Amino acid sequence: MTSADFSTIVPEFLLALFAMGSLVFGVLAGQDKVARTLTWVTVGVYVVFGVWIGFGVPGGETAFGGMFIDDAFARFVKALALFSAAGVLAISVDYMERRGLLRFEFPVLVTLCVIGMMMMVSAGDLMALYMGLELMSLALYVVAALRRDSSKSSEAGLKYFVLGSLASGILLYGASLVYGFAGSTRFEDIITVVVSGHLPVGLLFGMIFMLAGLAFKISAVPFHMWTPDVYEGSPTPVTAFFATAPKVAAMALIARLMFGAFGQVTADWTQVIAVIAILSMLVGAIGGIAQRNIKRLMAYSSITHMGFAMLGLLAADANGVQATLEYMSIYVVMNIGVFAFILSMERDGQPVTDIATMNMFARHQPLKSVALLVLFFSLAGVPPMLGFFAKFVVLKSAIEGGYAWAAVMGVIASVIAAFYYLRIVYYMYFGKEGDLLDTRMPMAQWALMMGSAAVVLLGAFDLMGLDTGAQMAAAALVH
Amino acid sequence: MIGIEHYLAVGAILFVIGIFGIFVNRKNVIIILMSIELMLLAANINLVAFSALSGDLVGQVFTMLVLTVAAAESAIGLAILVVFFRNRATIAVEDVNVMKG
Repeated sequence: MTSADFSTIVPEFLLALFAMGSLVFGVLAGQDKVARTLTWVTVGVYVVFGVWIGFGVPGGETAFGGMFIDDAFARFVKALALFSAAGVLAISVDYMERRGLLRFEFPVLVTLCVIGMMMMVSAGDLMALYMGLELMSLALYVVAALRRDSSKSSEAGLKYFVLGSLASGILLYGASLVYGFAGSTRFEDIITVVVSGHLPVGLLFGMIFMLAGLAFKISAVPFHMWTPDVYEGSPTPVTAFFATAPKVAAMALIARLMFGAFGQVTADWTQVIAVIAILSMLVGAIGGIAQRNIKRLMAYSSITHMGFAMLGLLAADANGVQATLEYMSIYVVMNIGVFAFILSMERDGQPVTDIATMNMFARHQPLKSVALLVLFFSLAGVPPMLGFFAKFVVLKSAIEGGYAWAAVMGVIASVIAAFYYLRIVYYMYFGKEGDLLDTRMPMAQWALMMGSAAVVLLGAFDLMGLDTGAQMAAAALVH
Repeated sequence: MIGIEHYLAVGAILFVIGIFGIFVNRKNVIIILMSIELMLLAANINLVAFSALSGDLVGQVFTMLVLTVAAAESAIGLAILVVFFRNRATIAVEDVNVMKG
């Protein structure tokens, strides 16, 4: 433990200090009166850290004896998680304030959660992996139950807690098996034990258990049961948060673990991931059809998208990881835009989530409707929106990796899923006349929604430099 | 002579009891919290057994970390359960059903 180790973890260290400092500040400075200021300060801090980590000096160092890896892959994912958390906090301030939910604990918990994500994407050791994942999960359990006086929110928190702890337990049991059969918790030692093309059965069990625990965190089928309920029950800003940063971090952790510790035996885990990916795409696409609640619908949408993102890992090469990272980045941009709109949906001052309330929305709010149309077309994967290119790169890498059948299933799922995205567009433009949806949008929500629609539309030209960053990140992970 | 396989068997049995405690139990959420603890402890037994077998202390360090996290996890679980009880005046598993699914 030297000063070089600490200089590698300076961002995490400072962010942890910031979280503790803001907690003390919130308690001393009159509780929730400072919540608004604190949230905006937190947004600013995330953006500064995101720029610092994302555009700073490229890393490649390890700290604490290989437990903490600060390479281009970790930096890419950290910057993405920080920016998406900042975006979610920015769109939630006004909503939280009007619903009386703006407590100063919210930004503090989100910060702790972000530190957990930064820890886990940098993990080079099973212990660091477990600690990071738990730091993220424990903060998420609490924010899911943030609306203490609502039975829905506390039920969402309880369900997420029980199933999340179950997943952590499964992951930990897998980690103990991996430790026992590999004799070490460090990824770089595990990969030397795993002889090329041959995986001892104990390690195989451990790997599958760990994969199951992580699949829960990204709500992949068959570990997706919690998603619709938790998305519906949690306060909407928390739902927006669930749908973005934790998904990115958990997906990155799957890639980190699989390539870092089991990179020699790709055939053993790609077949598992192929099954999970296909089931996620299909179940998400079919399950979403029956949903009338837009938050539940977004839950099924995220299940489908996680399936697509996992297609990129099937090829088990740098191009595939690059495709997954690009997919996750584009997914986050689209989701922040859509959730900025969902947060503004209300009627007579009460929030509504039924998709039928969007009837004839276009007649009254043409500009917002066009932005939503772009975002939903992009989620559905219609060219020339960015969502199409996201799907294109993962399908291409799956085909190149010899998983053409998985790609075919992906295309089928994407056609089915297009139904529920386009139905919302249909309601907006051709729906029945009814009560109007009132969308009073504060500046931050408006800016992020229009911004993400613009990115989704214009980004198709050169992916906004995303390609280079994702390529560097993928090259750092896959040797 | 008690070998590593005996410890692993105990760990596996505890782990399975924990999983069944979560899924089969229809009565009480507190029992679910206990089952979760049981699963984490099963992993701990594995870790300590492997650590003693290979003479490598890392596994025992891992166990200490897991114990700490498990304590934090129970605290959060109980806090969420208290909030739930205030809203619904029940902690029966069957009553966790405001939302379908």
